[in-house]
Amino acid sequence: MMRVVAVILVGVALQLALPAQAADAVPTEMDPVKAARAVKLAEKLRCLVCQNQTIADSNAELANDLRGQIREQIAAGRSDDEILQYMTNRYGDFVLYQPPFKATTVLLWLGPGILLLGGIAVLLRNLARRRAGEVAGEIALTDEEKSRAAQLLGGDTGKNPS
Amino acid sequence: MIPELGHFALMLALLLALILGTLPIVGAARNMPAWIALARPVAQAQFAFVAFAWGVLAYSFITSDFSVANVAENSNSELPLFYRFAATWGSHEGSMMLWVMMLASWTLAVSLKSRNLPDAMVARVLGVMGLVSCGFILFVLWTSNPFERVFPVPANGRDLNPLLQDPGMVVHPPMLYTGYVGFSVAFAFAVAALLSGRLDATWARWSRPWTTVAWCFLTLGIMLGSWWAYYTLGWGGWWFWDPVENASFMPWLVGTALVHSLVVTEKRGTFKNWTVLLAISAFSLSLVGTFLVRSGVLTSVHAFATDPRRGVYILAFLLVVIGGSLTLYALRAPKVGVGGRFEFVSRESFLLANNVLLLAACGSVLLGTLYPLFLDALNLGKISVGPPYFDSVFVPLMTPLVFLMGIGPLARWKEAEVPDLWRRLRWALAISVVTALLVPLVAGSFRIFVSFGLLLAFWIVASTVVNVRERTRGTTGIVAFFRRQPRSYWGMILAHLGVAVFIVGVTLVKGYETERDVQMKVGDTVGVGGYVFRFDGVTERKGPNYTAARGAVAVSRNGTLIETLYPEKRAYNAGGMPMTNAAIDSGITGDIYVSMGEPVASGAWIIRVYSKPFITWVWSGFVLMALGGFIALMDRRYRTKAQPATAAARAAGAAGAD
Amino acid sequence: MNRKLLIPLVVFIVLCGFLFAGLWRDPREVPSPLVGKPAPAFTLAQLDVPDKAFGTADMKGQVWLLNVWASWCVSCREEHPLLVEFAKAKIAPVIGLNYKDQPAPGKQWLAQNGDPYTTSVQDRDGRVGIDYGVYGVPETFVIDKAGTIRYKQIGPITPEALEKTILPLVRELQKS
Repeated sequence: MMRVVAVILVGVALQLALPAQAADAVPTEMDPVKAARAVKLAEKLRCLVCQNQTIADSNAELANDLRGQIREQIAAGRSDDEILQYMTNRYGDFVLYQPPFKATTVLLWLGPGILLLGGIAVLLRNLARRRAGEVAGEIALTDEEKSRAAQLLGGDTGKNPS
Repeated sequence: MIPELGHFALMLALLLALILGTLPIVGAARNMPAWIALARPVAQAQFAFVAFAWGVLAYSFITSDFSVANVAENSNSELPLFYRFAATWGSHEGSMMLWVMMLASWTLAVSLKSRNLPDAMVARVLGVMGLVSCGFILFVLWTSNPFERVFPVPANGRDLNPLLQDPGMVVHPPMLYTGYVGFSVAFAFAVAALLSGRLDATWARWSRPWTTVAWCFLTLGIMLGSWWAYYTLGWGGWWFWDPVENASFMPWLVGTALVHSLVVTEKRGTFKNWTVLLAISAFSLSLVGTFLVRSGVLTSVHAFATDPRRGVYILAFLLVVIGGSLTLYALRAPKVGVGGRFEFVSRESFLLANNVLLLAACGSVLLGTLYPLFLDALNLGKISVGPPYFDSVFVPLMTPLVFLMGIGPLARWKEAEVPDLWRRLRWALAISVVTALLVPLVAGSFRIFVSFGLLLAFWIVASTVVNVRERTRGTTGIVAFFRRQPRSYWGMILAHLGVAVFIVGVTLVKGYETERDVQMKVGDTVGVGGYVFRFDGVTERKGPNYTAARGAVAVSRNGTLIETLYPEKRAYNAGGMPMTNAAIDSGITGDIYVSMGEPVASGAWIIRVYSKPFITWVWSGFVLMALGGFIALMDRRYRTKAQPATAAARAAGAAGAD
Repeated sequence: MNRKLLIPLVVFIVLCGFLFAGLWRDPREVPSPLVGKPAPAFTLAQLDVPDKAFGTADMKGQVWLLNVWASWCVSCREEHPLLVEFAKAKIAPVIGLNYKDQPAPGKQWLAQNGDPYTTSVQDRDGRVGIDYGVYGVPETFVIDKAGTIRYKQIGPITPEALEKTILPLVRELQKS
């Protein structure tokens, strides 16, 4: 059984093997590494005239222009951070899909962690309370009731049904 | 004349919903059998009128009655019949009518399939659903009337948005709404329990199938939406954490927590407060989602045309329904009781942790979705919260959850022991780690996050295998194997495996997808993902209501031609933006995806070529989850009538039961 | 009553407060980060005299308006009469930035609708627009004597915006 699994897994792995690329098409005047970088940057930026799309995916004219800007700046040797800064200088934080970590976004970035920790705290306290038996409505059985219960359960009082 | 009949029917339906929402509930509170007995027939009558109204709207679309404003704005005589029908729900007004129709259908279903529930409970449940229906029908009649006429009658309509002229888009809203609206049943059960002050394991048993089926449909609805976006929008994306996508995902997360919580309440009688709160929250999120999509508060590719007046109405409705039920919760929950004991390490505590994680995830998604609104309302500036945020926040929350998925089903109720669990699971863990490290290495490109994702997926599979082996020990033959456990167990196994399949898909797609975005003249080639793509030019093709520029792209591997793909760029006769129809070759090991961008001056075209390994596993995972849910629904115990059980029958049932 | 049970209700009501506030806001309006910063410098060919350049340097020491317009822009027609009147009243010079347009249609549009501009410059490829954070047309900037942007009007100038914001601001800036 394990062998079957292993064979399947190897088969899966081979499907993923990255091949050498034969890039014969006329690219948009850019080498693949820089092109990939341009795409990655464009995916981080918001198209301002669209209804919630990245500059990479949008067909709007402004998106086109800004993609061109990105390519130019990459060719001019600017770093990713510099290009993103260029965009935020002109359009504000709104253009970034990853909100910067600032005073106003502290709650945003720490929120999920706080929710999780809060949830865990509630969970642990709840579990501790239950274990200590501080549970409303729990009534102890009398001996007679206990034996009756044992009878009905067919003598399986020790075993858990699952 | 006919649209007016539809309008009138809707008004009658409102009246019936009002009756349904008041008399049976009062009857149940005051123990008046006559009023209690009203619930079922009134619910059925309300359905009849809503169905008639909806049918009239559909009829108007099918017959292209352009005197109806909604038809004139969303349909066209050249539109094929299939899409004319689907245009019934292609607009805000139409989709609200669909909401109302779904709600009435669920109300009908509850009224028909509740023979073995006490009448007072049914009265309350149907009553709550009637109240919710009131709100929605009133909203439609007041702000979003689909039966309005337009004079002079235009010769032809403006056509259905080309983005919606697609089979996926036709099925996605009904499926999604069935799920979304289906949570109203769980909600109604929860409120009914609070009203009556009685919440016990039997209540959970009644609520569970309704909740599960709603969850299944929501799962499928979300999957369809994601898949549709993938093949229609032309850029290969399938999840964008767009506000509207999040609006459907949040109820799903809470719904999943609810489904698990109901298990515990049914079997152990605990988690009652939790379960009630989750049931209220799931539907509340559905309602909040409806608000977000239609109010203009958030921008989304998906949002309907906005109108602050509609937004105000829905908000008021939210306050009444959600505020009311949460107030009821605060007042009545203590009466409902807390429940039994269990240890720190036990199946109950794992399920409780499951709930906490799912809620934290849901809370995070809500936070991210609404944060720009928070800041803007407080005049603290405008930001965007997009995929980078959600991805970085969601995955860490899901990781412990997946870990628990492996341990939970193996843990005993009430008290489990860590050493015992470790002994049973250590090999599963070891195998998962080793295979997770090996696969990317063999694939030629080791990426740590790929290994991590695969670890999660393999962990689920391995621990599930351990579980199944333990539970089917000693059986011989396939039939005995499956009979050994009830269907609810197999449903769970399948659904959990679906999660594993989904994780594999997401991990491998994100880890190994490649794309090239290039200008191609006829004869140019480009290589992606081991295939070579040759652009063979563009021909013109006329469709029923559009003209398409149809590209031909020949795909070959190792020199041999495999197939030709035909991506299209469609210009619809009635106007609007040109639509991209990607050509996709789907397979178990992934997709190759070609779409056309814009033509370039020199006669070349911008072509986007993607290799998306294992992306089909993303949709398949969801399908498996839904399938698991449906199988669980077919469990025998939901189908037998309530009858006095002998000790022997009970023992026989308990032996194999989960 | 256990106070903790009220938490969901309270959270929900607070949420509704925000949702209500959100109904009256436009989520797509992007405020400019350039307000309070120096106006990006440019030197561009003029629309009517293409061989003569004109730039921000020429406006130093004056309070002026930079209006982004185009012949293909539909909403520009809405605000244009107001601009023409503003120019007639000789309150402050208005410089037009002809954004992503061709000179011929641009000149024709001005001939048809009136020319309130001291001069218009051609931003054919939209570069200067990007520098100013332009994302839609029309947009208008109020720039002070030192060359700092003091206000950005997103979308057409409404009579209300003109009266309540732009005119008072211009007058105030001119006094200093």
